[in-house]
Amino acid sequence: MTQVTMTVNGKQVSGDVEPRTSLADFVREQLRLTGTHLGCEHGVCGACTLELDGAPARSCITYAVQCDGADIRTIEGFDDDEVMEQLRQAFSAHHGLQCGYCTPGMLATCRDIVTRLPDADERRVRLELSGNLCRCTGYVGIVRAVLAVLEQRRGG
Amino acid sequence: MKPAKFDYAKAADAADAVAKLGASDDFIKPIAGGMSLGPMMNLRLAQPDALVDVGGLTDLRKIEDRGDSVFIGAAVTHAMIEDGAVPEPSNGMLRFVAGQIAYRAVRNRGTVGGSIAHADPAADWPTALRVLGAEAVVAGPGGEKSVPLADFQIGPFTVALEPDEIVAGLSIPKLSPDAKWGYYKVCRKPGEFADSLGTVVIDEALGNFRAVLGANDGAPADLDAVAEKLRGGATSVSIDEVKAVLADAGMAFDEYHEQIHAVSISRAVKEAFAR
Repeated sequence: MTQVTMTVNGKQVSGDVEPRTSLADFVREQLRLTGTHLGCEHGVCGACTLELDGAPARSCITYAVQCDGADIRTIEGFDDDEVMEQLRQAFSAHHGLQCGYCTPGMLATCRDIVTRLPDADERRVRLELSGNLCRCTGYVGIVRAVLAVLEQRRGG
Repeated sequence: MKPAKFDYAKAADAADAVAKLGASDDFIKPIAGGMSLGPMMNLRLAQPDALVDVGGLTDLRKIEDRGDSVFIGAAVTHAMIEDGAVPEPSNGMLRFVAGQIAYRAVRNRGTVGGSIAHADPAADWPTALRVLGAEAVVAGPGGEKSVPLADFQIGPFTVALEPDEIVAGLSIPKLSPDAKWGYYKVCRKPGEFADSLGTVVIDEALGNFRAVLGANDGAPADLDAVAEKLRGGATSVSIDEVKAVLADAGMAFDEYHEQIHAVSISRAVKEAFAR
């Protein structure tokens, strides 16, 4: 067992993990932050996406031991975030979720899109979302929500 | 979908990583972003006894403009390259390739050195850096050496790396300002691994003409006969011409792969001249 220390949602946390414990399993099982979901466990579905050192990352193929000293934000850590609030409202208004399983990872990616690519058009939004799979919605509502937030942030 | 048990150690720097890799006869692998090794370990296709973490090491993240080439440290991520951290040696090809690897969440962690060392036939950097004439800088117990990718890339997931050696970086010669490049990837969904990768470089000023076929199940393949057509002034290469080149080179594929490999090379040439 190895001790790891990292900042999660603004608080410093420590835990004992096996080297093979994924960051996803660490936040879910040891920190009880179950908003981060596991789907494919090999990096393609995007359900596990969270923010690691300020950028979206796959928590299913990142080991907790690699994150010693890192700054992690899970979906639970965005309650007071202005951009995420805009996205949450847009997802509600545009029907961007049904079962909600893809949603935390989807929001991590969407927040990166609207902050990093303020001029993204629909084609670019769809391209950037291709690493987050949704089995329920057909993506239409999600794309509309992202486009709405992009416009809102441009002052539209 | 959980990996088998392994031990883990964080390297202090490249020399420490080399020392740790050579410390025993156990199966010890370096890990940087883990975006290729992670899935393989979760699927238990790879079961190393131990991992040595080289991700984010300062001495593996150097980016240097060396006049007629650029040097990119092995632990530089695809996102860093996508975002323009590397002084451009390739008239835009490097950033173009970087930006279409997998997905941004993967690009934030995956590294160029990891991609070259892992040598997945369907990955982007092994083919893209080969067509650019790049060399792998390898660090081992005896120091560093520079190995042209044509010699470094042996086969699928197989490169000329001893168990106690790591890729320290990539040295990429600069294209001349008027050089053309083409990069055509066949995949059904954005971000997927390629079913075929056609790449060409046409640099008249420096006399460099290259065509490399990636995602052919083996190491990236130099198509010298296509390169010679380009050297001779061809501005297009038809699908049938490429099929003939593949057949002459003894490269046999099923009907589907023969078609898409010919298409990817043909369209890479077309794109190079259209750009």
